[in-house]
Amino acid sequence: MSVDAKTVKRIGRLARIRIEEGEVGKYQDELNAILGFVEQLGEVDVSGVEPMTSVTPMQLRRRTDVVTDGGYPERIVANAPLTEDNFFMVPKVVE
Amino acid sequence: MAVTGEAALAMAKSSDARLAAGQGGPLEGVPLGIKDLFATRGVHTQAASHILDGFKPEYESSVTSNLWRDGAVMLGKLNMDEFAMGSSNETSYYGPVINPWRAENSNAQLVPGGSSGGSAAAVSAWLCAAATATDTGGSIRQPAALTGTVGIKPTYGRCSRWGVVAFASSLDQAGPIARTVEDAAIMLTAMAGFDPKDSTSVELAVPDFAAAVERGVKGLTIGIPREYRMDGMPDEIEALWQQGIAWLKAEGATVRDISLPHTKYALPAYYIVAPAEASSNLARYDGVKYGLRASGKDITDLYELTRAAGFGREVKRRIMIGTYVLSAGYYDAYYVQAQKVRTLIKRDFEMVFADGIDAVLTPATPSAAFGIGDEDMKADPVKMYLNDVFTVTVNMAGLPGIAVPAGKDAAGLPLGLQLIGKPFDEETLFAAGRVIERSAATDFGPTRWW
Repeated sequence: MSVDAKTVKRIGRLARIRIEEGEVGKYQDELNAILGFVEQLGEVDVSGVEPMTSVTPMQLRRRTDVVTDGGYPERIVANAPLTEDNFFMVPKVVE
Repeated sequence: MAVTGEAALAMAKSSDARLAAGQGGPLEGVPLGIKDLFATRGVHTQAASHILDGFKPEYESSVTSNLWRDGAVMLGKLNMDEFAMGSSNETSYYGPVINPWRAENSNAQLVPGGSSGGSAAAVSAWLCAAATATDTGGSIRQPAALTGTVGIKPTYGRCSRWGVVAFASSLDQAGPIARTVEDAAIMLTAMAGFDPKDSTSVELAVPDFAAAVERGVKGLTIGIPREYRMDGMPDEIEALWQQGIAWLKAEGATVRDISLPHTKYALPAYYIVAPAEASSNLARYDGVKYGLRASGKDITDLYELTRAAGFGREVKRRIMIGTYVLSAGYYDAYYVQAQKVRTLIKRDFEMVFADGIDAVLTPATPSAAFGIGDEDMKADPVKMYLNDVFTVTVNMAGLPGIAVPAGKDAAGLPLGLQLIGKPFDEETLFAAGRVIERSAATDFGPTRWW
């Protein structure tokens, strides 16, 4: 499988990375080089093999669903580029 | 990338006080460098990326907290490949790291490997006693091999990932880079340990790894996997491998040829699994919560422009690949297939361990350090990826692996051997690694030119 220019732009949109018109060709070449490399996985017989979900034989731990932390919104937003009253600020989303 | 001189002096002063009171910890006063991937409270933590500009976390990673608990002193933050994606430390927003090693009679600048290139270079050049590092596909072991230092990636779950900037969460593990096997063992003992804040942290006592260092290899069975003998591998690497085998035999180990049949599929499977996880983990960098923000006419525009400006080329490429293999219609063909192959890679190791193999010996890298700005690798991303061909299997299987300097190539550059162990049996790696270190009896300090 290989990607065309249209697919490169579509992936860019899905990944929320702006791909300028002049960059499409280079990305297309690079992505196809990588996809060409991983293509060989298709020759492995995986019939009856379970896909790996955990590399260590363990159950994910769960904790009680209670509040254990919090109460310091100013620290949460301390690194945000734009805030007001401890809220993150973004361009208008709803008209 | 950030020197924390005043904080280091303050920490050193506290260490002096504790030592004077006879209360020194295991790492009391030991000056360390910290890879920029570890969150350090109030200090530059950017994963060497532009997109995290100005980020100073309000919290401290569990691994660094453990080090400070044991008395270590932080000198500053170390350069790395952006988001730990790279094998040459050239993808950093802050520019490449230069290897303290140079070929004999040459002034050409070489890469230190990556992604923990800053950690390896700083330790090799004696800028710090040891450093923290992380390894997703070889990012501790490959730079250690290219700089004549010792690096161990412990078993997945041994070190907490809490507060470590995530790249590929099912593969990422923290570990130390140090100048000797014993130093690496002391460092790992401090870094490791159960942490309820990481759901994949394993609740298991941490042995005193340093106590295992002089245990020797008598009675151990070491496997030599035939699939690691690759076409076009330099004779020097083959010779080094044979030398390693001879050393282990001379110290009483039994050496046996083994087969790990799915080895060649580890790297292609990795380049599906790791980018897939990265595309998800790196979704959080959106110009809203922290770091860089580009202005856009609406929220989507803001996201797209921020991420276009903030991520470097290699990171974007991997996010794109990850997004593609997870997208509708390709998920089964790429991602699920890769996860099935991953099961087979792990099974290969399980079978040889069940068959009586205690550890596996391989070369650490397919070559010595190469030049900064290597044209071949720039032109073809896959060429750069091949640097991790011997190390990536270990991450895919969640196993521990150590790289130990073992010899030099014709140009006088260090070369390393890798030992791969059973899950949570880092002790055997330290013991066997020490035998290689002792048998090599070589000075792996670079000649000072800086």
